[in-house]
Amino acid sequence: MAICKCTGEDVESPQDVQLMELLEHYRDYDGALIPVLQGAQDIYGYLPGEVLNKISQELNIPFSEVFGVVTFYSQFHLKPRGRNIIRVCLGTACHVRGGSKIFEGLKDILGVENGGTTEDLRFTLESVACIGACGLAPVIMINDDTHGRLSTDGLEAILEQYE
Amino acid sequence: MGNLKEIRSSIEEQYKKRMDRPRIVVGLGTCGIAAGGNKVMDAINAEVEKLGLDVDVDFTSCIGMCYAEPVVEMGLPGQASVIYGGVYPDNVSKLIESHLVNKTPVTDMAEIQVTGGAAAYEGIPVMEKSPYYEKQVRSVTSRLGRTNPESIEDYIATGGYAGLEKALSMERQEIVDEVKKSGLRGRGGGGFPTGTKWQFVYDAVGDKKYIVCNADEGDPGAFMDRSVLEGDPHAVMEGMMIAGYAIGADEGVIYCRAEYPLAIRRLNLAIEVAEEMGILGENIMGSGFNFRIRIKAGAGAFVCGEETALLNSIEGKRGMPRVRPPFPAHKGLWQKPTCLNNVETFANIPFIVRNGGDWYASMGTEKSKGSKVFCLTGKINNTGLAEVPMGITLREVVFNIAGGISDGKQFKAVQSGGPSGGCLPAEQLDLPIDYDSLISGGAMMGSGGLVVMDETTCMVDVAKFFLNFTQLESCGKCTPCREGTKRLLEILERICEGKGVPEDIDTLERLAKTIKTSALCALGQTAPNPVLTTLRYFRDEYEAHINDKRCPAGLCSALLTYSIVEDKCVGCGVCIKACPVGAIAGEKKSAHTIDASKCVKCGACVPKCKFDAIVQA
Repeated sequence: MAICKCTGEDVESPQDVQLMELLEHYRDYDGALIPVLQGAQDIYGYLPGEVLNKISQELNIPFSEVFGVVTFYSQFHLKPRGRNIIRVCLGTACHVRGGSKIFEGLKDILGVENGGTTEDLRFTLESVACIGACGLAPVIMINDDTHGRLSTDGLEAILEQYE
Repeated sequence: MGNLKEIRSSIEEQYKKRMDRPRIVVGLGTCGIAAGGNKVMDAINAEVEKLGLDVDVDFTSCIGMCYAEPVVEMGLPGQASVIYGGVYPDNVSKLIESHLVNKTPVTDMAEIQVTGGAAAYEGIPVMEKSPYYEKQVRSVTSRLGRTNPESIEDYIATGGYAGLEKALSMERQEIVDEVKKSGLRGRGGGGFPTGTKWQFVYDAVGDKKYIVCNADEGDPGAFMDRSVLEGDPHAVMEGMMIAGYAIGADEGVIYCRAEYPLAIRRLNLAIEVAEEMGILGENIMGSGFNFRIRIKAGAGAFVCGEETALLNSIEGKRGMPRVRPPFPAHKGLWQKPTCLNNVETFANIPFIVRNGGDWYASMGTEKSKGSKVFCLTGKINNTGLAEVPMGITLREVVFNIAGGISDGKQFKAVQSGGPSGGCLPAEQLDLPIDYDSLISGGAMMGSGGLVVMDETTCMVDVAKFFLNFTQLESCGKCTPCREGTKRLLEILERICEGKGVPEDIDTLERLAKTIKTSALCALGQTAPNPVLTTLRYFRDEYEAHINDKRCPAGLCSALLTYSIVEDKCVGCGVCIKACPVGAIAGEKKSAHTIDASKCVKCGACVPKCKFDAIVQA
């Protein structure tokens, strides 16, 4: 929902329109909940409470079940996220090649903890178990780009590429 | 399209013509892109345009030599193709000028050459004889790094969809028998005989049956399935379609983890073009067989790699395992009979149908047939993807293919099977790699990740790492896994912090055995394996942590002490500046000292000292 700046009324935002289209597409689809949540998160950047409510009503799935699914999967987020998502791999190969040092380095640079978002909403930092690029350990992923063979010295230069 | 045979010959002819032109092929799997492959591609395109060369520029997927990324292949008509490693935008012009203009390969950058019957160059190892590939076989991985994964023409020209064509002319039971004969066992880790599973689903009564491909590869240190999906998506689809025809299913779902965006993109593309060509969809190749495939992107839960949890996730529920029986073969997706196999298993099927079950069974050992793709990672010289015949020893994989331990260090252990597997020590290196031998050693085949560890790896820390993983990923449905892994982790953390007590080892063993026998699904049942194998082979390290408050590998920071060797210290003061807590003191030009009560053991001072005067013990 958005508030119209001229009249002060509640109006549908362009995102709400997109959400309705998404729901329409998946209405008679078996197992629609997860693809709908994924789509909704793409639209809003995260999953606000009123969106979950809407999904629950439209798909005729109890809110408790929707909430249960959202909190089960690590991909879903109930709070706003940064424009750029940094995923630090802490898988086995990265672990033995110093992945945690990279993680600590990024925490220092950004001033956030695991799962935290910088105040300017530029970056969200999180750890993942393995992104499957072990041959290049230690590795991080920023959005869909993978950066490998890292050392703590090169981190700031990489972050500068993302606005 | 009525008949694939009619267009196959023209596609093959075009493919041969292309292979006989000057060409540059860039490796653009996720690993190649991460190493900078796209920038190399741009530089190559710019250079080719600048020089006005008549050269085809194409891309391929990961050939498996992750250690050499970014990888670029160059070929001239009638000559072997040379695969170069470590290609960056700044050496592209040198390579192009030398190889394509002056027709002289750059030997010192060449990793291997692929002859394909053409004349070989001197001084470059031929692929089949090179140290990395000599002990490998290439069957499932045969197209990886050799064809364009986004081109269905490349797939068909290299024998693609011939297996499906053949299958459609066979009796359905005949196909199941052929898979049984091959001896193929599930490549996802469990090792259940694929043919037997297919027979169960074939025999199951139901108005609707499903094929599900498990592409939720989540083991840390494993990326075989990603490489196959990115490099040969049609092979996985062809395997699913053959399975669908054999067991009587008309719908397939690929459950792919969302962390593999490139794999999902290439699969979507492959589905689209296959549908356009009439290879997928209604009345496939005029046979009357219908089959549809859709992709379900995972949402980030390791437990969804467990088959029943995966089915729940497709149904839009929390990905929690179901109680078995009933098994998915009888009641799977939407309670219908479901044939659920892993990516690599399906990718093997077209080869088995094309070449026959006997051909496949000729590779491997008595009970483990065929080949297996492994991911070699950790402290080794050659990290990458390797397909080996079953029965090869761990030693051959670690020391021949992977090129031994990096930085001249000593081998300590190899971890096989991810969080469900175990760590095997040097005395187990001659163990043949097959399902049963690895289990007898306390590890398991798992999906195929091999992580090699050297003397600087602390085995208690490794066990703690895996328990931390399984504890976070435990879905919470059953108590042994939810509470048990948490307690195991607490004990391991205590030991690493130097607060372990002698009874801890017994407690760990007892608790591990309880979890193993009582957890609901494979995730919980195998979660204690890293603890049990490290206790079995590296008990002395646990004892050193607990009794002597010492970490033999020098890794557990709480157990380390730092001191300055008086004779070596010149009193330069660099370490004083480096210390974040002011624990180092001393006059200029006289030996400094570390105040152990202030030291936080961060280790920041060690690399700063140019005289190696600071030692950790």
